[in-house]
Amino acid sequence: MTITTQSATAHPAVTPAAVMKAPAMKKVIILGASSGIALEVQRLLARRGCELLLVARSPRRLAEIQADLLVRGARGAMTHSADLASVQQHADILDFARRLFPDFDTVLLAYGSMHDQKDSESSVDILLEELQIDFVSATAILTLFAADLERRGAGCLAAITSVAGDRGRRSNYVYGSAKGGLSLFLQGLRSRLYPAGVRVITIKPGPVRTPMTDHMHNAARFADPEQVARDIVRALERRSPDVLYTPRIWRYVMTGVQLVPETIFKRLSF
Amino acid sequence: MFGQSSVRKQPAAPPSTERILSWGRYPKVAHRYVHQPAWNDQVPEILAAAAPGSLLPYGLGRSYGDSCLNAGRELIDCRRLNRLLGFDESTGVLRCESGVSLADILDVFLPKGWFLPVTPGTSFVTVGGAIANDVHGKNHHCAGTFGSHVRQIALHRSDGDLIFCSSEENPDMLRATIGGLGLTGVIAWADIQLKRVAGPWIDAELVPFHSLHSFLDLSRESDGRFEYTVAWLDCFAGKNPRGVFFRGNHATDRGREFRHRRGPKLPFALPAWMLNRYSVKAFNTAYYALHAAKRGAGVVAYDSFFYPLDSIRQWNLLYGKQGFLQYQCVIPEANLEAFEELLDRIAHSGMGSFLGVLKQFGSAAPAGMLSFPRPGLTIALDFAMRGERTLKLMQSLDEVVRQSGGALYPAKDARMSPALFDVSFPRWRAFVPYIDPKMSSSFWRRVTGAQE
Repeated sequence: MTITTQSATAHPAVTPAAVMKAPAMKKVIILGASSGIALEVQRLLARRGCELLLVARSPRRLAEIQADLLVRGARGAMTHSADLASVQQHADILDFARRLFPDFDTVLLAYGSMHDQKDSESSVDILLEELQIDFVSATAILTLFAADLERRGAGCLAAITSVAGDRGRRSNYVYGSAKGGLSLFLQGLRSRLYPAGVRVITIKPGPVRTPMTDHMHNAARFADPEQVARDIVRALERRSPDVLYTPRIWRYVMTGVQLVPETIFKRLSF
Repeated sequence: MFGQSSVRKQPAAPPSTERILSWGRYPKVAHRYVHQPAWNDQVPEILAAAAPGSLLPYGLGRSYGDSCLNAGRELIDCRRLNRLLGFDESTGVLRCESGVSLADILDVFLPKGWFLPVTPGTSFVTVGGAIANDVHGKNHHCAGTFGSHVRQIALHRSDGDLIFCSSEENPDMLRATIGGLGLTGVIAWADIQLKRVAGPWIDAELVPFHSLHSFLDLSRESDGRFEYTVAWLDCFAGKNPRGVFFRGNHATDRGREFRHRRGPKLPFALPAWMLNRYSVKAFNTAYYALHAAKRGAGVVAYDSFFYPLDSIRQWNLLYGKQGFLQYQCVIPEANLEAFEELLDRIAHSGMGSFLGVLKQFGSAAPAGMLSFPRPGLTIALDFAMRGERTLKLMQSLDEVVRQSGGALYPAKDARMSPALFDVSFPRWRAFVPYIDPKMSSSFWRRVTGAQE
């Protein structure tokens, strides 16, 4: 979007976000730094000389990631070990970031969980756990960081949801509903933060070859996490889009999937 | 996510077991399961849970034959263990996990003025694979093999230990693991000595030659002056082959800006009839003419000098559905007649290939117990798999190799006999005690007759 200074003055109602230049992304917080997609995103950011704050559960794995990113050129890589699924730990995470990584400009939420759909049908515990990780905890921590960025009037919040959230399907509607809920949440958050000049990006990958999907029978045909990471980093660096489908073909596929009438869709087994 | 399309009636095969093939795409075997650890802390569980003789670490699958396969059993795909764990600027020692590829190392370190101490003809191999096959490169005559630049490794063993191996600590296990075909355990990380270079450019020279003797003269004359030497050979010519000798040094000039080439990708296996003696002869003639015309010196990018084939992704599909076999042997220099006999048999078979690669090995002491390089001439040739005919030719080449006191390269082999292995690698029995009891491979069972 190109808006000249002139038109901005002519329409003072246009919010600062519209005239603001895309900020150089320098300091990035990754929530879920050991997820398959996050690992690749972090490497690309490291190559660009970004500073990173990595949040994940295992201190040992965090140390390995940190070493890797520093060797690859990250200007800095701080780690904070926390269980992101547990909402009680979120305040700590924000506090840590504010104290030791105060001028962060981008937050990427990259963690998630996908159980076998059949398990979440037969076990309410598994169902709730999935919703807790993919929806409840995700919206909770995004809310904390949103308030912080809103106050500052700058920055970018990005979260990885899934194309599975675009329509409920027989074979994975539990994961899909959690991710779909997260997508809706981000949509509203985007609108709320727009006046403050904070950007919100919804990232919807198709199936990606990561440890999360290894158990699926057709995993060999899934997208390469490196390719998905390249799309994500490009979206973070630019001012558009608001919603990123990656690989791009999924934008068209999902448009088609959403067009199928429900009376037909309910008969489909995929 | 969107993966589980159509609810399956029968249980689906475990993922990724279907398409694990070696680079030659022969033999085609099935695996029971492929583990894909993403972290070193997951490896001990995999080892502990496995049955004896059931596992083999797997990297980028660039071994040509069956040394990276474990038919009917399990593989540990190490490609996600690809982290760089530390780099010491003052010494140039890199610590990295075993699934890191050489291409990745070059990507990160060449811009900083560091290069691999030894590199094979493709950068798409893992550090683990480079160690397990103790790979060599165009600088064997002055730098030895990859294994001789490994300062230390950490090795997961199935008894739950992570053991450190260096020249001070467990030196025998280090020498067993270098060239040990992945059988001694899973390498957690390795310390590799990188070397300083001025930039990505190579001062290269190209010299046509017309006989084996002139090749040897060129090679001897070049060894002192050039860090890298290798030759391409037209194997249709028999005893007096024509060829092109490549030699080079790292260039001091940093002048030009360097950009990666990204070439085409072969999308599917070509029909087998496209490669026949006429098309290959025509190719070789054109290749020779083109290079003979380019004779002389020039500055070239490192990737076109070291990795000409890396720019064509999946070039192995060129050989069709049946795949191909690479024959790489070394023959002691004193036995030049044997080498001529070898070339003669290939020429008469009419089954020669485009990629005859010739190199004179140096006299460096082997870094591993089962290392392949030894003083002599090594040649590597690709043969499209045409069934019995191809195997017969190779058996007849085996005779020459065996009588000359030579050896075949396990990383390229899919069919050598246990007898030939026994004479080419007489120390294999001394190696056996170092094998991890949970490890085995198709290659190892084939050449040693081990069943368990």
